[in-house]
Amino acid sequence: MKELLWLIVTLPFAGALILAFGGRKFPHAVSAIIGVGSVSLSAILTLLVGFEFLGDTTPFLQVAWQWFDVYGLSPDIAFRLDTVSLIFIFIITFVGALIHLYSAEFMWKDEGFVRFFVFMNLFIGLMLILVLADNLLLLYLGWEGVGLCSYLLIGYWYKDPKNGYAARKAFIVTRIGDAALAVSFYILFMTFNTLNIQDILTAAPGTWSLGSGIAMATAFLLLGGAVGKSAQLPLQTWLPDAMAAPSPVSALLHAATMVTAGVYLIARTHVLFEIAPTAQHTVAIIGAATLIIAGMSALYQHDIKKVLAYSTISQIGYMFLALGLGAWSAALFHFMIHAFFKALLFLGAGAVISVMRDEHNMFKMGGLWKKLPIIFWTFLIASASLSALPLITAGYYSKDKIIWLAFASDKGSVGLWLAAIVGAFITALYTFRMVFLTFFGKPHAEPTHRPGWMITIPLMVLAFFSFAGGFIELPQNMGNLTLVSDFVEKTLPVATLSVLQPFTELIFQIISSIVAIGAVFLAYILFFNKPFPAAEPQRNAVQRFFFKGWDFDLLYDKVIVTPMIFLAMINKKDIIDQFYTGLACITRQLNALLSATQNGQLRWYAMVVAAGAIIILTIIFFP
Amino acid sequence: MNIPMEYGLLLAVILFCIGLAGLLIRRNIIFMLLCIEIMLNAAGVAFVVAGAAWGQAEGQVMFIFILAMAAAEVSVGLALIIQLFKQTGSLDVTNANKMKG
Repeated sequence: MKELLWLIVTLPFAGALILAFGGRKFPHAVSAIIGVGSVSLSAILTLLVGFEFLGDTTPFLQVAWQWFDVYGLSPDIAFRLDTVSLIFIFIITFVGALIHLYSAEFMWKDEGFVRFFVFMNLFIGLMLILVLADNLLLLYLGWEGVGLCSYLLIGYWYKDPKNGYAARKAFIVTRIGDAALAVSFYILFMTFNTLNIQDILTAAPGTWSLGSGIAMATAFLLLGGAVGKSAQLPLQTWLPDAMAAPSPVSALLHAATMVTAGVYLIARTHVLFEIAPTAQHTVAIIGAATLIIAGMSALYQHDIKKVLAYSTISQIGYMFLALGLGAWSAALFHFMIHAFFKALLFLGAGAVISVMRDEHNMFKMGGLWKKLPIIFWTFLIASASLSALPLITAGYYSKDKIIWLAFASDKGSVGLWLAAIVGAFITALYTFRMVFLTFFGKPHAEPTHRPGWMITIPLMVLAFFSFAGGFIELPQNMGNLTLVSDFVEKTLPVATLSVLQPFTELIFQIISSIVAIGAVFLAYILFFNKPFPAAEPQRNAVQRFFFKGWDFDLLYDKVIVTPMIFLAMINKKDIIDQFYTGLACITRQLNALLSATQNGQLRWYAMVVAAGAIIILTIIFFP
Repeated sequence: MNIPMEYGLLLAVILFCIGLAGLLIRRNIIFMLLCIEIMLNAAGVAFVVAGAAWGQAEGQVMFIFILAMAAAEVSVGLALIIQLFKQTGSLDVTNANKMKG
């Protein structure tokens, strides 16, 4: 079965191609079957390949062909399956397939139905290339590809200029990170003369000494790329605007593809971060700072999707924190659980928005729990998971592991632990604020209809995993089950602990449990059944600051965009441009001169021929 | 009787100039066609005169070629004239610049 690895990648591309060329002629149902079916088949194949791989976890390399061979740079189109990429392709195809099924109903009446599925399939395919690539160049192809697809999908409803703006913003902001990433690839190729990931990881510790300048530079540039794609500080500004996309796109973007690419990149190149301790420490600090900043912003949003957007930034912050601590398996475990509950939250929010006539404002919803029971219960499970309610939710096991390691890891500190625990408090608070505002209280509007089975089935499947997914990895004092860490640690190193007493861990678990429950209780006091005005609330300066995402947009506008526009304005007629304008001008004048002779008058032509003959004869006879 | 070559060539030059002048001055396309015929024949006269002066047959051979070519040219030319008349309703060549871009 392992030999079918290439088919997992190819199927979504095949679906995209068939739909792109034949989609207009197919009936809606056929397009939906092709779009959903291709990804679902990929998911089934992934399960089959995964089961065989569980038996024999030696990495499996499949070379399709050599891409090109220029001056020693000879990357292959080759897919490498190891435990890390298996976790990623499982999430991408499995969650991706559920989101596709959901979109088949969600987008049914949209005029761009086929176009939507073309982009979605392409998105999945390119993300699979990204995580399966065995060399950095192929990884970069997938990396840029998901950037392109996110641009296409965020601006999917392109008739509204706002969506186009959001799409361009996402593309340009992530591009800053991509440029840094490309530079790091140049450095790696210059040093190791190859772009093969395994070769680089093997050679790096011997070539670069611990903490040397070039190792630092490379790690920081890689981090720049990861920060851009994963929407971390300081390049996080594109993600809240990306909410312009249809809800299934947001689910895909936040759970399975795109934003997790940065996490994957750092995990994949972990050796380069281990020989650059400062860079790795920076990863942890960026994660900790981002999770608090984004959490505070989420607390002041009124748009349900914006809450989820900031919550994604904040949860990816947890993953970065774990990566920075060297807790690779904890980061990937949280990635996995986060993919389940965040996809579910977005799909649930999308369903709510669509039955409320495109109403995004939580203050205008209220009281939906009786009318939309399936959405409510699944949404509640995902929210509990996101808030990391102790013992019963998957999010507890994944997030608590990171919080514990923030203190206990040899790279951890009290500061990082405090950030993580405060972040957990904020997370639970804004999550249940969202739940109480949307589903409880006085109803402000009636839902138009109940969603069909294609929407509810993905919700229920994801709800099951958001609940049960955590039990495959339990802390050592609660069963000590380590399926995920054992699996991941076949590829990535083990986190080293400086604190080892089980008793300390218990105290920290109790603290984080109390924090989560306390935050939910606070949300209950503040937001449960409270009569809020449906209109946009008045905000004072501080609230507006948080609402706008700490005014990063304003800052970048003042510091970067305005000076750039100013420079462009004063340099509008620069000398180099003048030269080219002059060339164009001369060409145009010559053209006018010559085209004047082509006047269509036969006698004029005859005259010119006669005159020419006379001149030539004169030259011949009187040289 | 022996005519000096210069006279013959002078005749050819005069005929050619008449034909060229007519081609440039006249607007009626039929007259332009006739003027081209005059120019061709002027060239033919020049060939014959030169051939006679040097006692060679090639001059007259050349003239036969010119005759044949003139016949072909007239048939194509007349067809074009008919088309022009159909398209524009007149024989004035100044009206035939419709393709001017």
